[in-house]
Amino acid sequence: MKYVLALIVGVLVGVLAAFALLVYNPLAGNRGLTPLAVSDQSLMQFNYSGVAAASIAYTNDGESTTKPHPAKVLQLWEAPVRRTDAMMTVLSDARGRIVGLGIKYMSDSEKTNIVNGDAIVDSVWHIVVPGRGTLFVEQTENHWGFLRDVVLPAHLSAADSWKGNWSGDMTAGPGALGTARVIGGSGEFAQRTAEAVESRTAKAYSTRQGAISVEGRIMIEMQALAADNDAP
Amino acid sequence: MFKTFIFGIVLGVVGTIVAVLFVPVVDQARENSVVTVATNGGSAEAFHINIPTDRIVVGAPGDTPTLPPGLTWPDELSTASADMYKLRNVHNAVIGVASRVVLSDAEQGDVVEWVLHLPARGSLYVGMDVDNVQDGARLGTLHRGTREFAKTQGAFSERWVAGDSNDELNRGKIELVSRFMSVAEQTSAVQ
Repeated sequence: MKYVLALIVGVLVGVLAAFALLVYNPLAGNRGLTPLAVSDQSLMQFNYSGVAAASIAYTNDGESTTKPHPAKVLQLWEAPVRRTDAMMTVLSDARGRIVGLGIKYMSDSEKTNIVNGDAIVDSVWHIVVPGRGTLFVEQTENHWGFLRDVVLPAHLSAADSWKGNWSGDMTAGPGALGTARVIGGSGEFAQRTAEAVESRTAKAYSTRQGAISVEGRIMIEMQALAADNDAP
Repeated sequence: MFKTFIFGIVLGVVGTIVAVLFVPVVDQARENSVVTVATNGGSAEAFHINIPTDRIVVGAPGDTPTLPPGLTWPDELSTASADMYKLRNVHNAVIGVASRVVLSDAEQGDVVEWVLHLPARGSLYVGMDVDNVQDGARLGTLHRGTREFAKTQGAFSERWVAGDSNDELNRGKIELVSRFMSVAEQTSAVQ
């Protein structure tokens, strides 16, 4: 009997050790500096709130930590869309002025691989800037750093929440340098292509409400987009 | 007993790693794609949106009614409107989400664009030609496809199909049809 107990305890310790190894794997999750940060081209930056309640509308399967907003919005409960979040939000410039509308779709990717520290989300942005035109951003995001540094500590906390200062790039591809692909649809952006990086800054997170204080940014390299420098 | 304990640890570590490697963390549910061969090559696929049951968001400026209740449309976006829907295939199964944006611009003219997002397959970014309406359908072109649609080009159409005027839950549907061709196929067709 004592051998069986020793085996069970050993297996439990082994499982915990394996999870600790996966979560705190020093070789995974840290991508460092975004390639656009060292670009000498002008950047167009859009800011948005990462808090669902601050968006125009946010919906998902209704059972996730992040609650749909407004409360009566139609939820995505059907199997093919159950692992998808959809958000419609305002985009503002560096001065906080509303300059556009952003619609984002995010779906959990089957490329997710915990061993490599890849919590992959396939996402697209449809960006509408009145007076200027429209843009489409295609990207794969890696949420591993955010999950490991923000969400997991919140779950381990006795208060079921996390407070701190976390910043990181979410974009991990499909560009060769880990950047998103951008194509212009209309207006001054029509037919133009560019690269982009989406990043996130988190200050508070709750396991009951989801993001409490999270800001998002989309930086688009302007090189091929517009000849002038009147970026917001 | 100590050796058994150590064996248990090794078993636990190896078992967890193997489980994480071979059990998929994400397995998106799929509906069979209903694709037909288009007349002049390529493939055609039809989608539709039931109105009003598939409307997720109706966002518009001014006094236009919005959906869901409680949604507030920013004053700064007075020249834009955007709707978001659930997207269905010809078998009436929900397979994705879609949004339609209308941008009114006095200088550049009106812009109508769709983004269709099919979680297991990819996304489509389509620009509609506002003035190009044939047989009740507005025509447009694919600006960009992602993943499964990455190497495709082609045309797209939207059409309103009226339903039963006496049935509040069946006012009609928006019919969307894609006619895409792979880039390689299109190149060889031109040659």
